[in-house]
Amino acid sequence: MTIWREHLPALLLALPLLGAFAAPVAGHFGSRARNVWFVSITALTALVAWGLWQQVSASGIVVYVMGAEHSRLTLPSGMALPVRILLEVDAMSALMAFMGAIAALAGALFSVRSMERFSGLDQFVALYLLLTAGMLGMEITGDLFNFFVFLEIASVASCGLVAFWRDRPEAVEASFKYMLLSTVGALMVLVAVAFFYGRYNTVAMAGVASHLQLGLAEKAALVFLVSALAMKCGTVPMHMWTPDAYAEAPAGVTCLLVAVSQAALYGLFRVCFTLYGASLGSSAVAWALIIMGLLSMFIGVTMAVIQKDVKRLMAYHSVSQVGYMLLGMGVALLVLSDPQKMAAYGAMALQGAVYHLFNYTMYKGLLFLVAGALAYAAGSRNLNDLGGLGRRMPQTAALFVIAAAAIAGLPPFNGFVSKLMIYESSFAVHPLLPVVAMVTSMLTLASFVKVFQTAFLGPEKAALREVQEVPGFMRGGMALLAVVVLVLSLFPTWSVGSFVEPAARALMDRAAYVGAVLGGGL
Amino acid sequence: MRPLSVIVRTVCNAFAWFVAVFGVYVIVHGHLSPGGGFQGGAVVATFMALLLVSHGATKCLGWVRTNFFYAFEHVGLLTFIAAGFLGIGVTFFYNSLALSGGLFGSAVPLGPNGGSLNTSGTIALMNCAVGIEVVGGLSMILLYMMQGVFHVDKPTLRGKEEAGHDR
Repeated sequence: MTIWREHLPALLLALPLLGAFAAPVAGHFGSRARNVWFVSITALTALVAWGLWQQVSASGIVVYVMGAEHSRLTLPSGMALPVRILLEVDAMSALMAFMGAIAALAGALFSVRSMERFSGLDQFVALYLLLTAGMLGMEITGDLFNFFVFLEIASVASCGLVAFWRDRPEAVEASFKYMLLSTVGALMVLVAVAFFYGRYNTVAMAGVASHLQLGLAEKAALVFLVSALAMKCGTVPMHMWTPDAYAEAPAGVTCLLVAVSQAALYGLFRVCFTLYGASLGSSAVAWALIIMGLLSMFIGVTMAVIQKDVKRLMAYHSVSQVGYMLLGMGVALLVLSDPQKMAAYGAMALQGAVYHLFNYTMYKGLLFLVAGALAYAAGSRNLNDLGGLGRRMPQTAALFVIAAAAIAGLPPFNGFVSKLMIYESSFAVHPLLPVVAMVTSMLTLASFVKVFQTAFLGPEKAALREVQEVPGFMRGGMALLAVVVLVLSLFPTWSVGSFVEPAARALMDRAAYVGAVLGGGL
Repeated sequence: MRPLSVIVRTVCNAFAWFVAVFGVYVIVHGHLSPGGGFQGGAVVATFMALLLVSHGATKCLGWVRTNFFYAFEHVGLLTFIAAGFLGIGVTFFYNSLALSGGLFGSAVPLGPNGGSLNTSGTIALMNCAVGIEVVGGLSMILLYMMQGVFHVDKPTLRGKEEAGHDR
């Protein structure tokens, strides 16, 4: 048992990869075997992620060196910099991996039944698991070049999945748009990595972070990294791919795509806090993040209110929700080098951002699954065609209420707690910041009241008389996320204390991240 | 697409095999000389490209099925991940076959020498796995592109001769 515990970081990547490569073999034995394989691989990955999180919270940062004589041998034969492929898992990475693995499991449970009437499912399962592996890789790698590699794996897999319904021209267009933007973004990341490699002879994040001094090359690399990663998580000037890709992908995939976009946001956290940290010097980057956050929030939500397509409406809400995380992150970055202000409100802003990230992934995944369930049962995503479904699908309606209350930030739910932390801390910077955030929150509530009223309440439509509740597996996938949302809502102190606070502390503790690799060795 | 002239077909028939053998050479010498799994695999996949160009799509698509290459692709990928798991006793991807004797694990000879093929442990195994995967993947891309040409042309060409390329 202890021997497996040592290999958890490698297993977290190897399991979904093995699952992806062997999916067509499982599919050879029939659809039941393939479904069992699909769900058990995602469930095992979630278990491994949970184990890894426990290990990190018990014994601090976990380092894993691929192919070395010992898994913690970061500096073999007295070398000054690490040479091998390196995985470095701190509390933030472990939280992200655990969250992503839950979203992948929920999406898999949902897809088992919602996709069964389509062909090409062997490839679907393979791409889905490959996307999971790419996402987890971005979150636990300790190496900038491998971050790029996993970013590419995730991009290619998600392009294939967005265009899965390739007979729909909209899906092909969405996938093409996403592919184009991802390629440009990935090239920018690659150029930034090349700058670091040229200056510091290493691509290990810890190695770069320990020697980093802000010069022209570092500034250029920072611009490339921030703009590429902000594009990948759908921030406003670069958000045009989000509504298309989220709306056209199958619902189970969209649930995972939300978690994948958060992996890009995690990259942004990592770059700003671990790689650059206090050596950033000026407040330009922090203000850029805050302004991008405010724009995303407001433009995203105003675009969402007017949508008629349920999934498109929710996709615009993703743009607006990412704004909250950027706002919290920008506020924390603004006061990073001032210990007094950091203790007064900076740390709370960062915790709010991380907590909102966790909450957002869970309730947003749930909302997309509900939209998928509506499309599955009623055959339409257009709000004008839906109505009175609350009587036909009471359980789906209840799950929708949970998710909608959470995203709108109604008091007992988790969205309220994380938004409050962001409001309070950003108020200390400028009173106008929380005003924009609160207006956004109200408009969010308005648009979800609109969805609930038109889709679930009101008179029954004649065309929807025969609608039935969706199958058990689909409800299971949705219920998994709803349970997480409820746990986060009912025990906010516990969840902040055990998940969020260690993650935020890990982000601020640059020395520990560097020391785990460079102070290591045997 | 119509086949090309008998001269081109004969040359391609003979040449395709040499290309394939050379590709396999590049794959298995990946750890000693420039090249490796991906490059060698791409060279081997030229086999299919030569046949497709010289004999035309109708004939070639009758000879092979995409499922054959699909199997290639997955055997390659599974071998690769299995090679990774071989080292899990120490670390994932650990080179556990090196210096263990047998096909992959002889000791590296000291001093100047022509290069010994059996020395690299799991690296050679991974090269072969990547080679098999790339042969399958690239050949499948070629076949699908050819089928795609058919798919586009079909409605306008039903009952008529296929559209030729260079004649």
